[in-house]
Amino acid sequence: MLPLTVPFFATIGLAIVGYLLARRRALSVASGDIRVLNALPHQHGLNTALSTLLPPLAVMLIWALAVRIGASRDLVLAPQNPAFTYIALIGLSVTGFVLSLLRISRDFRARNASERWIMALLIFASTIAILTTVGIVLSMVTETYSFFGQYDWRDFFFSTTWSPNFRGGSDLGIIPLIWGTLYISFIALVLAVPVGLFAAVYLSEYASPRMRSIAKPLIEVLAGIPTIVYGLFALVTVGPLLRDYFAAPMGLGQSASSVMTAGLVMGIMLIPFVSSLSDDIINAVPQAMRDGSLGLGATKSETIRQVVVPAALPGIVGAVLLAASRAIGETMIVVLGAGAAARLSLNPFEAMTTVTVKIVSQLTGDTDFASPETLVAFALGLTLFVITLGLNVVALFIVRKYREQYE
Amino acid sequence: MSASKHGSLLQTDPHTKKRNAAEKRFRMYGLSAIAIALIALVILLVSIISNGASSFRQTYLSFPVTINAAEIEAAESALLKTGAYNKIIQTSLLTYLTENDLLQDIPEEDAFGMISDEAGATFREFILANPEAAGTSFQLNLLANGRIDGYFKGRVTAQTALLDKNVTPAQLVMADRLAEQGALVKRFNWAFFTNPDASDQRPEAAGLGVAILGSFYMMAVVLFLALPIGVAASIYLEEFARKSWITDVIEVNIANLAAVPSIVYGILGLAIFINFAELNQSSPLVGGLVLTLMTLPTIIISTRASLKSIPPSIRDAALGVGASKMQSVFHHVLPLAAPGILTGTIIGLAQALGETAPLLLIGMVAFVKEYPAAWSPDAGLFGEASTALPVQVFNWTQRSDPAFVERASGAIITLLIFLLIMNALAIFLRKKFERRW
Amino acid sequence: MTNIKISAKGVQVYYGDNHAIKDVDVQIEDKTVTAFIGPSGCGKSTFLRCLNRMNDTIDICRVQGDIRIDNEDIYDPAVDPVQLRAKVGMVFQKPNPFPKSIYDNVAYGPKIHGLARNKADLDEIVEKSLRKAALWTEAKDRLDAPGTGLSGGQQQRLCIARAIATAPEILLMDEPCSALDPIATAQVEELIDELRQSYSVVIVTHSMQQAARVSQKTAFFHLGNLVEYGVTDKIFTNPEDPRTESYISGRIG
Repeated sequence: MLPLTVPFFATIGLAIVGYLLARRRALSVASGDIRVLNALPHQHGLNTALSTLLPPLAVMLIWALAVRIGASRDLVLAPQNPAFTYIALIGLSVTGFVLSLLRISRDFRARNASERWIMALLIFASTIAILTTVGIVLSMVTETYSFFGQYDWRDFFFSTTWSPNFRGGSDLGIIPLIWGTLYISFIALVLAVPVGLFAAVYLSEYASPRMRSIAKPLIEVLAGIPTIVYGLFALVTVGPLLRDYFAAPMGLGQSASSVMTAGLVMGIMLIPFVSSLSDDIINAVPQAMRDGSLGLGATKSETIRQVVVPAALPGIVGAVLLAASRAIGETMIVVLGAGAAARLSLNPFEAMTTVTVKIVSQLTGDTDFASPETLVAFALGLTLFVITLGLNVVALFIVRKYREQYE
Repeated sequence: MSASKHGSLLQTDPHTKKRNAAEKRFRMYGLSAIAIALIALVILLVSIISNGASSFRQTYLSFPVTINAAEIEAAESALLKTGAYNKIIQTSLLTYLTENDLLQDIPEEDAFGMISDEAGATFREFILANPEAAGTSFQLNLLANGRIDGYFKGRVTAQTALLDKNVTPAQLVMADRLAEQGALVKRFNWAFFTNPDASDQRPEAAGLGVAILGSFYMMAVVLFLALPIGVAASIYLEEFARKSWITDVIEVNIANLAAVPSIVYGILGLAIFINFAELNQSSPLVGGLVLTLMTLPTIIISTRASLKSIPPSIRDAALGVGASKMQSVFHHVLPLAAPGILTGTIIGLAQALGETAPLLLIGMVAFVKEYPAAWSPDAGLFGEASTALPVQVFNWTQRSDPAFVERASGAIITLLIFLLIMNALAIFLRKKFERRW
Repeated sequence: MTNIKISAKGVQVYYGDNHAIKDVDVQIEDKTVTAFIGPSGCGKSTFLRCLNRMNDTIDICRVQGDIRIDNEDIYDPAVDPVQLRAKVGMVFQKPNPFPKSIYDNVAYGPKIHGLARNKADLDEIVEKSLRKAALWTEAKDRLDAPGTGLSGGQQQRLCIARAIATAPEILLMDEPCSALDPIATAQVEELIDELRQSYSVVIVTHSMQQAARVSQKTAFFHLGNLVEYGVTDKIFTNPEDPRTESYISGRIG
């Protein structure tokens, strides 16, 4: 990237000069009377600046990309002499500069011209979201492909042992990781869904405005706390507590990191997520529905259980799916709270590990991007991405359908 | 049909009583749910604060030192300069202890062990910065060893000292004597915010300086990239794009990107920015780029919401006086939507500031002792190795010395204070500029 | 006056600082349709909602005065609004069937109040209520279909059936036809006339024609005051108060 620094700054400099020159030229063409101009001097300036700046920037971007792709296929695309690149890019810049200055006249529609450039920028910005997804998929698919070239996919998906060995001969079965992931997410949801849902119901149906205005933001504070904080909380407080007061006395284990530790802490993290989503959804149920039930002599709780919640059910299901997707993709809490041992066990007080923990452990430290022990992380990542994508799309679809129903 | 069918209203019938009991139970469930959430919040905060608050104070050893120009010259020409300075410190300490009759039965080695390994370097820096100190006697403030610090914070006791090879019970006796003398005091720990990280053996010197700077650089990258790109994308999607399957795809795509696990962005960063584009590992630039991509959906979603909240009449008014569509957006809609956009951006930045997982994958967890420069000829803009606040926390949790748990909790308090400020700012902006149409 | 079902004395209602109902006295008879008429915002719906304490669900609303049903003060602390509302059913302005099947909509009230001993009982109540609401022939083959799938008029009759199913003694109707087309309105009005056999019906309406068609007694509300109350025919032909006169001749409202 570095060889492009000089043309980059040169182009920016030229664009600024272009803006000022074009404005002066437009004024002089109009002999100082801007009423005779089709566009304002400022718009002429903008058009020149953008004409000078954008084409070379676009070329630079494409050029850098091409060089990188070439390098990854052992092709040398970059010319030996960087001066060639400099001259080409600055030449392009100067061409835009001169052409746009020459076009300045009383009748030139500079506003339309400059707006076309701006439109191009806006469209480019909105494609970045698409490019991100493409980048995610491409980067993981190519590496996963080369992983499956070295390691049988059947072993990856169906083997029940995970024991990577950097000297080779590793067992890289995903099943124990998926088990740990699902077990922890399950415990988290068992805590977060009822607590979050009841909290949302209470806040939207029972609480006084005063209580609501205090309790709701406080619960939302939980959502603003970074996951590393929850991780440390699991490591320092919850883990030892569970070990000393539950696991050890009951003879269920001696480990502070456990499925229970990570699950409970993750559950706390998800409470505000479930409650604020459910709150929105419950509030979308029309008041007429409640009046109808109350008018028949139903108590509030009967109204909530038999009318409001069933009416909101699709939305709540969507919220739970989104929470599940969160839980499955959560990393820091499990890294610090769940442990590193891949294990297929039912005992919640034993340390187990998850897909995300293994992605971190296989990709940090000294890694060799040719060995299956490293590449497996991309296959894990892709699996994780596909699972969460599925959950998200289904959940977003359900929630959107639900919203439309009451709009 | 008689009035008696329903019985008297003044007497609650048994069935209604049962139903009312169920109602009460249901309310209790709701209240307990809120209580659980709030208690969890309180326990979380109390646990972090009680573990970390002590990191803001640090134990210092303060005693007089005399040094002359010849000694400085000798130390500067030694092979191990800090070692030579360490010797000078030890001599001065011994002098101080014997003069005040504090040493008594305690071995000299134990007394020297109470000073941080960092002391030599601190002393040298002080001398080089204050050459006029040569030949005079002055009070020197040096960090006490982490275990001595731990003794004053209740982490280390005479019992644990017996089992610990890094501290002896004699040192604790000495620490009490020095404290009585006023030579061993706890002070506010400015160094915690300015020092870089320190190795496993010297937790007392570890600080957040590099992490704070690294986080700051990354936030600058995110702000510089995510805000303009996010706003531009939102303007296009909300104001210009005609509804078609392409915009539908973009829309679903953005909603999904907002819910993709953060670690996936780490994999993306590793594969694209480091392996493919060959940018520097551990650099704030790569971290910032990854966080930009992560924050973008948040910013786009909130920006679109604020653009949507501007009534169409504003656009019509601008178009009606002959403004182009682009002018109506940039002159009228965007300024009106600015407070909402800003609020969304700050919240997005706060999220990015606390994000850890993706940064682990792009190598920001490395041990970094040097401050990164904003620009350097061979690393470019924000290209030097750095770390970040949340990653520093993770890094410290992986160390064996319990003093690092205190540091990690202290770092989290610092991080939470930053987040609190950012969120308070967002709330303030929302309250101040909120407008109902 | 042997037959008074509801008796209200000195009723005041406040919404926050707004004095919505001012010192209203009224005696409502059993087995009679009583219409509340008046311009928008005159308080007629508010007063109606006092009669089964639906105003309790609004935080800022305060009710003072004395309202008795069968000579029992319904605002007495010993009274459970839930029990009260089983006795005083309500039908709302906009049809609001629950997002459940037609059967479950009607069965909801009897279920929560424990009115049926078994499924056969419940089936009977549902059928009886739907018949009374003149919906049985249209709905009997699709009892499992969602109530929200019915037409507007059918939905409102479903809501009436739902209210009847709890076996109330009084039926409050808050502009029950305002969201319906003329044909559906006619059906509901016919229904109201039949309901008079078994219930005391109180109906709030915007339409004076409707009041004249369905009610025996009419109360005219204006700016929170009960201006005039009497036999419907008399109110519409020979009102005593000049304000009533102007309203029914279309000069105010």
